[in-house]
Amino acid sequence: MGSTMELRRDFLRRCGAGLGTAALAHLLGVEGFAADPLAPRAPHFPGKAKNVIFLFMEGAPSQMDLFDPKPALRKWHGQSLPPSLTKDLKLAFIKPTASVLASPREFRPRGQSGMELSDLLPHLSTCADDICLIRSMKSDAFNHHPGQLLLFTGHTQFGRPTLGSWVVYGMGSESKNLPGFVVLTSGVGTSGGSDNFSSGFLPTTYSGTVFRNTGDPILYLSNPDGISAETQRARLDAIRDLNTHRSSITRDEAISSRIHSYELAFRMQSAAPELLDFGKESPATLDAYGVNQEQTRAFGTNCLLARRLVERGVRFVMLMHASWDHHSGINKGLERNCGITDQPTAALLKDLKQRGMLDETLVVWGGEFGRTPMSELRRPEEADNAGRDHHPDGYSIWLAGGGIKPGQVIGSTDELGLNIVDHPIHVHDLQATILHCLGFDHTKLTFRHMGRDFRLTDVHGSVVQKLLT
Amino acid sequence: MRIGILALLAVAAATAETPLPPPVNRPVDFAKDVAPLFQKRCVACHSARMATSGLRLDDGEAALRGGYSGPVFKPGDSGASALVGRLVGAGGLMVMPPAGPKLTAEEIGVIRAWIDRGAKWPRSAETASTPNPRSDHWAFQPLRASRDGSIDDFIRARLTKEGIAPSPEAPRSVLLRRLSLDLTGLPPTPEELRAFLSDERPDAYERHVDRLLASPHYGEKWARQWLDLARYADSDGYEKDWVRPHAWRWRDWVINALNRDMPFDRFTVEQIAGDLLPDATVEQRVATGFHRNTLTNREGGVDNEQFRFEAVVDRASTVGTVWLGLTFGCAQCHDHKYDPISQKEFYQLYAFFDNAMEVDIDAPVGGEIGPWLRTRAEYQAKREALLKEYGVAPLQEDWERRVLAAAEQPGRWTDWDLAWDCVLKLTEAGDGARIVRKPPAARTPRERDILIDHFVRNYHFAVGRKTYNEARFDELDKKLRALKAEYPQLTQAYAIAEETEPRKTHLRVRGDYQTPGIPVVPGTPAVLPPLPAGAGATRLDLARWLVSRDNPLTARVVVNRIWQEYFGHGFVKTSEDFGTQGERPSHSELLDWLAASLMDDGWSLKALHRRIVLSETYRQSSHERPELKDQDPDNRLLARQARLRLPAESIRDTALAAGGLLDTRVGGPSVRPPQPAGVAELGYANSVKWTASDGRDQYRRGLYIHFQRTTPYPLLANFDAPKGTVTACRRERSNTPLQALNLLNDPVFLEAARALATQLTVNPGEFEERLRTAFLRVLSREPDSTETNRLRKYLLTQKAIFERDRTAAEALAPGAPDPVGTASWTALASVLLNLDEFVVRE
Repeated sequence: MGSTMELRRDFLRRCGAGLGTAALAHLLGVEGFAADPLAPRAPHFPGKAKNVIFLFMEGAPSQMDLFDPKPALRKWHGQSLPPSLTKDLKLAFIKPTASVLASPREFRPRGQSGMELSDLLPHLSTCADDICLIRSMKSDAFNHHPGQLLLFTGHTQFGRPTLGSWVVYGMGSESKNLPGFVVLTSGVGTSGGSDNFSSGFLPTTYSGTVFRNTGDPILYLSNPDGISAETQRARLDAIRDLNTHRSSITRDEAISSRIHSYELAFRMQSAAPELLDFGKESPATLDAYGVNQEQTRAFGTNCLLARRLVERGVRFVMLMHASWDHHSGINKGLERNCGITDQPTAALLKDLKQRGMLDETLVVWGGEFGRTPMSELRRPEEADNAGRDHHPDGYSIWLAGGGIKPGQVIGSTDELGLNIVDHPIHVHDLQATILHCLGFDHTKLTFRHMGRDFRLTDVHGSVVQKLLT
Repeated sequence: MRIGILALLAVAAATAETPLPPPVNRPVDFAKDVAPLFQKRCVACHSARMATSGLRLDDGEAALRGGYSGPVFKPGDSGASALVGRLVGAGGLMVMPPAGPKLTAEEIGVIRAWIDRGAKWPRSAETASTPNPRSDHWAFQPLRASRDGSIDDFIRARLTKEGIAPSPEAPRSVLLRRLSLDLTGLPPTPEELRAFLSDERPDAYERHVDRLLASPHYGEKWARQWLDLARYADSDGYEKDWVRPHAWRWRDWVINALNRDMPFDRFTVEQIAGDLLPDATVEQRVATGFHRNTLTNREGGVDNEQFRFEAVVDRASTVGTVWLGLTFGCAQCHDHKYDPISQKEFYQLYAFFDNAMEVDIDAPVGGEIGPWLRTRAEYQAKREALLKEYGVAPLQEDWERRVLAAAEQPGRWTDWDLAWDCVLKLTEAGDGARIVRKPPAARTPRERDILIDHFVRNYHFAVGRKTYNEARFDELDKKLRALKAEYPQLTQAYAIAEETEPRKTHLRVRGDYQTPGIPVVPGTPAVLPPLPAGAGATRLDLARWLVSRDNPLTARVVVNRIWQEYFGHGFVKTSEDFGTQGERPSHSELLDWLAASLMDDGWSLKALHRRIVLSETYRQSSHERPELKDQDPDNRLLARQARLRLPAESIRDTALAAGGLLDTRVGGPSVRPPQPAGVAELGYANSVKWTASDGRDQYRRGLYIHFQRTTPYPLLANFDAPKGTVTACRRERSNTPLQALNLLNDPVFLEAARALATQLTVNPGEFEERLRTAFLRVLSREPDSTETNRLRKYLLTQKAIFERDRTAAEALAPGAPDPVGTASWTALASVLLNLDEFVVRE
């Protein structure tokens, strides 16, 4: 730790060209970085989006059952595809000879744009003109953990910072009382675990903070039994005074950072309950999000929290729902997951729009890759239990809000959903575009580590202009 | 529909080939037409000076040999020449040259025509051979033979030059706390402090240094740094993140080795190649567990070869960073951009580890063997009886046959494909595929048991739950586990051993495991002194080379990393990178002198530690000196000591010690202290289980806390413990509000406060006496008058609060005879446990 000055210099050196001049000037101020590494700062250029809500659908949702209609699959249902079509496929569980699985879903054109969406998404379908659907996503990884690492850190190797960490490292956060990067979870745990929101080699300050579903929303947030608010304040006053005293003896500026952290912790203790208190939300809002229905309660609560977090200046909210990894029982599995997520997701979009927040909030919905047109069927006698395997080419995701041109479909896949036909968009391109919407040149948001300037997009990625307003 | 598919096929065929400009239809002269093109557009990167990707285009012979991926010209067939493809970006690869305009169709046509006519390259007079890369970079130069001296001489000489006076020695109480925390990770007990403060002998400090170096807690403290470097964890990592119940056995090896002051050269040799030593002992094999800390991906459908490759890459890069301080990993996909390490040299280092196979071995600890021997026959008999009762053998025979058939004909029997994948991924120990392929008679008893256990647990993947349940294998599995738990078993260790049939190692083009390039043999980078063994070198040769007297890096890197723990930063601040992108050393002569001393002392680490902590430089006060802020803002000149926040583990250990709760037993399996519900649940599909350990185990040192890679224990994550996925040469020392909440409200810290308060209040006593004891326990010093007055006031406030709210007092001090008194002192103790000074060593 040494001195604060040292920390700051070291930090600035490692930032390299990472931040704009204004931000550097800001960091140099004693009150800036020394006191609060999450102080808001300007990105490279004014971005359309100020905040991000990333709806991470863990496990790889099936694009051909949700977003990318493939009627041709019906004709091939139950048959193997010609080997020439499948020879280059990388598959996790099934073999290239696996038989094709038609989707039982009905697709209809929605909104002015006529975007075709599945009958599993009745609520999202009413937002078709607000989202931009990509049907030509591409990943390099086709196993979950590596795929999630690639999606969030830009590399399948361990140890790099995640998207949310890069964003708060670059921009800080407007919230004075809440963490800048918040993670909300529903369903089961994810393959990536905490690697999906780790700060990697960036300082721990930029790590995602998990808002928990049980007990304290933030770990160790509430005072233990016997410690009242009054005792807490008295403790903190004594801690502050004794720290100040020690600081006068050692003259170590880092002590003032510690004092600041304790004050922030105290403010967090009151800000978090206020955040969680839905008392001032209208019954209509609560109904829209499905907060009071059993099926949608957990995810709906998280969606509503996401809006409330962004409202309170939190920079990056990551909402994880697991799992969409439907190797078997895909029809029932999708019905279940869509039943949980469709209504709250649409409610979030509408709510953000109605409050005028959508323009400044970038919403991203997607998984780490997609699924195969071929079926995964472990035992022939269980035909109605079929699922789909992992497929990294031509999967679908959507974006909405800050900087994104809505009501359009980008890219397409061939009639079987095996390959991308036009506008391939790699995960790195998505990352570059997200950073662009926030006002960053993805090649310049860097951090020096192991003798090299690292960035989210590694050495790849280009901004997808077509996505932008 | 037919048409549709045909159209798809046509598209697939068309995209497979990128159109090439045609060869020019005129005679081409190499010297006049082709060589200038190469000269102008290619040799900046592809020449003797810098043969990027192994390719040279400045010399005919070398050019025709090709690069790392093999020949790039096919004389007579330009269409099939890789070089021509690269000029147009065929196969989605980057277009060459990567900078400047692309070659024109005409220029490509010229090159094609030359290749089509045989690629004749006239021998030039000035054909250069590849020179040895030389580097003027300081770290690659031999250690400078230094004048005699001491740490203080070197540091003071520089300070004098800058006109700066050193800081005075820190007060004795501060000094002992610093020394204890630095050498053992634990604070001094009040008794130790008293003994030191009243010791008036001139060598009192030295005696305490020796006492602490001899403490078994020294090995615990310094093992932690080594564990960070070795990316140690108690689970596999990746999605499944299975627990590694025996990982601790290697951790114990490290603690013991450090406590016995095993010379660092031996420490190196045993960990890198203990298995290859003549008559290797069990302990020497356990040492190779260093390499078993790589991650394991058991996710369904992954290619085992890919993750074997990644583990070997990790082993090579980790050795490169830990011993040589170089970012070797950068050369996995291409030649290093900054340092003289070629991609080929990376794979030469990789080749040392390519043949290492993972083996689990019996590694009994004290007293295990006798009981095990006595009961083994009985255990085996009961086990066999159970297997017989459930009719395992015939079912397993059939299962093995069908699993192997599925492995031969993938896609034919989908359920058996899955069973085969499970053999590949889910065998708990050893290599399931290797075992099942062996004829049953050739299997060792150990292999036999591994396969039976796997079969009993995973048979349902092949035949479905219904058949599995009918065979009552879930019941059998429970009985087998219970039987195993009932009888003594030998502790296992994760080790490595050489494959009997050596693998042929290839460079991997662009770091892709599926694209083998030129073959490579084990070797070390040309910029460093040569490997005496030459060709045919083994891992053991590598290990000995790393710690050879001529190697300019290892000793410097080790000294620097140890120094960094004492002063907050090393002489080279980028302790993970001694390459050209790293920082230059602040005191290069001293670094060399210490490195040479380390080797002269027979690589004794304790001697190095002793040398450092006895120095006056180390003993200085850590108070900041505002007058030096401009001249030496980062304290690189060491005109003072540094205030350093303690590592995560030490914070908890110190709190537990203050409360008298710490269990100081050394070594053994990892423990799970209680952690809030919801933490483990972030792991894959809620599969991570966290059952708190019993009793005293909850109070073991932080070093022993079970490290689950995907869902680490919150305190460790909050206070910057590395994630155990890649080597970590230094820890961040961050300062966050979540840390404040952790210290304020985590029950373990409150428990420590309560334990301390209970001891303070058990006897009647004056406020000042009690406060004095509390300070000695928590901060190893006495309070001053300002602190005494402030805390007297605080205690009164707190008492008043608890008088009004006796329920709160009773909640905080349940069962105490004087709940208000004990609760108030508990709150006061928790104030002390939250002070900056508490989490810092000054």
